[in-house]
Amino acid sequence: MNKVLGEVVAWIDERYPISDFLKEHLSQYYAPKNFNFWYYFGALAMVVFANQLLTGIWLTMNYVPSAEQAFASVEYIMRDVNYGWLLRYMHSTGASFFFIVIYCHIFRGLLYGSYKKPRELVWLIGSSLFLLLMAEAFFGYLLPWGNMSFWGAQVITSLFGAVPFIGEWLVTFIRGDYNVSGVTLNRFFALHVVAVPLAIAGLVFMHILTLHNVGSNNPDGVDIKKHKDAQGKPLDGIAFHPYYTLKDLVALGVFFILFFSVVFFVPTVGGFFLEAPNFDPADALKTPEHIVPVWYMTPYYAILRAIPDKLMGVIAMFASVMLIFFMPWLDKSPVRSMRYRGPISRFMLVSFVISFFALGYLGVKEPTATRTLAARFFTVVYFAYFFLMPWYSRVDVTKTVPDRIRT
Amino acid sequence: MRNFLWLICALHLNVFAAADNIHLDKAPININDAAALQRGARIFVNQCQTCHSLKYMRYDALAKGIKITDEEGKVLDEVVRQNLMFGETKLSSPMLTAMPALAAERWFGVVPPDLSLVARSRGVDWLYTYLRSYYVDSSKAWGVNNLVYDSSAMPHVLENWQGIYVKQGNKLVQAQPGSMSVAEFDAAMADLVNFLNYVSEPVQQQRKFIGVFVILFLSIFTIFAFLLKREYWKDIK
Repeated sequence: MNKVLGEVVAWIDERYPISDFLKEHLSQYYAPKNFNFWYYFGALAMVVFANQLLTGIWLTMNYVPSAEQAFASVEYIMRDVNYGWLLRYMHSTGASFFFIVIYCHIFRGLLYGSYKKPRELVWLIGSSLFLLLMAEAFFGYLLPWGNMSFWGAQVITSLFGAVPFIGEWLVTFIRGDYNVSGVTLNRFFALHVVAVPLAIAGLVFMHILTLHNVGSNNPDGVDIKKHKDAQGKPLDGIAFHPYYTLKDLVALGVFFILFFSVVFFVPTVGGFFLEAPNFDPADALKTPEHIVPVWYMTPYYAILRAIPDKLMGVIAMFASVMLIFFMPWLDKSPVRSMRYRGPISRFMLVSFVISFFALGYLGVKEPTATRTLAARFFTVVYFAYFFLMPWYSRVDVTKTVPDRIRT
Repeated sequence: MRNFLWLICALHLNVFAAADNIHLDKAPININDAAALQRGARIFVNQCQTCHSLKYMRYDALAKGIKITDEEGKVLDEVVRQNLMFGETKLSSPMLTAMPALAAERWFGVVPPDLSLVARSRGVDWLYTYLRSYYVDSSKAWGVNNLVYDSSAMPHVLENWQGIYVKQGNKLVQAQPGSMSVAEFDAAMADLVNFLNYVSEPVQQQRKFIGVFVILFLSIFTIFAFLLKREYWKDIK
């Protein structure tokens, strides 16, 4: 068996150096040896993406993308397709877990300065991936054609109406109709199952290629390529395979325990992963009592609602997502990792995280006077993290970064 | 643009929407109680199905799920036909209603909704409270109103069971007893809600059952993955 496999690999190698490729990205890709908890989420994101692709393909086999049949076809999957309920719950739970994983992954970048030179391109591709993920989630959310699907899409598409001059035309262009309708459903389906996943897959590939070219950052933010042994292997680096593949495998086990606990025991998570009004079919004449996006979008939704002017609100909402792209140029600190940064940077990061959670909570709740006030406060905190960064990252004290990874 | 403004209003003014501060009673239901599910099914087909369908539930799947089966797990066709089915010929047909939608709309103003998923969209506690919260209100078309769902389009179909209630302040007081005692009526409604909860997701028991084994497998897998990782990482200082 091994002999046959060896011959097959040799045959391919003669035509394309596949062994070199695997070596370069696995067994001879040297990653810093001090990766901690926050470094699991890249690999986990890949696993969740694979889960979404596979369950998505099988769901597509029985889902009918039409206004007349979409809702019924989802119930058909839940009841009549063998283990269709499992595919559907894995897909819906996967959507929420994708965001949990990606938010942790982004936080890791902010914590250890992974966006700084020479990893700007890795960061830009990653930010684009985050944007695509939000688009993918938004398109996918319309597909069950529940009442919240319908009204959520109605609200979000109508936001484009705030664009000056062409707003109304733009909304009709996006919906393909004067209202969210079967036409909208069909185009969202096409985007959700073909266009966006294709773009995500391509960018994930580039995300990893660009990363492996410059090498991974680490919690100390030191450059491991500065000290190499005689063979050119970084002294503080260890081969990704088998060390990190195995370490990630343990993390994957723990992650799957959490993931499948949700899938099998609490797939709706009390209305957070699957919202109750979405078990009513889409009805243009029946507005749900509270239109609320799924939890992973609520921080941005809270920012939208916090601002009294509608155009400014929409601009702020998009800005709150887009600002992440500018991190490499907003951060003027001479060091990467938060471990060697001063109190102002730490305070700003902590208050940013708190404001993110607070806005997420406020976005779920219906607005009252106090909550709107709170949302405005946290919106200011959220933006302060980015806009004040060129100042505080420059003036903040820093500690000396060690030459090599501390053990 | 106008569309957008209107939407934002709809979002922000929902403070005025139906009061959701009504206390909901906890529905005393148990999905594993097959007898209760069967009693609930009987109430549904006799009292509710005249107007409401369960179009995503099939008779044979239901019979299997609520254990109208022999020792070998085979569905008792005749029992199902005589007790649950009125008119349909095939056991695999969905549980539709006999009432034509057009006529229903003329009579009630709205087509009575399909109830396959009502336990998921409204919640079981809401249903249990709603079914027990009708009171006399002569200003309404059916002479009754509901504490939980103001101006509900559904008449109080089970009034002869529950009796007549009037509203005093925020409380409902029985003015005339029905054919059931309060406890009997509550128990019947619990059975009905239990049944609707089953119908809303027939796979829920199987889902939890399989889940236990999946989590067990994953736990063992993770332990071995950890041991393997530890073995390899021994030489990393």
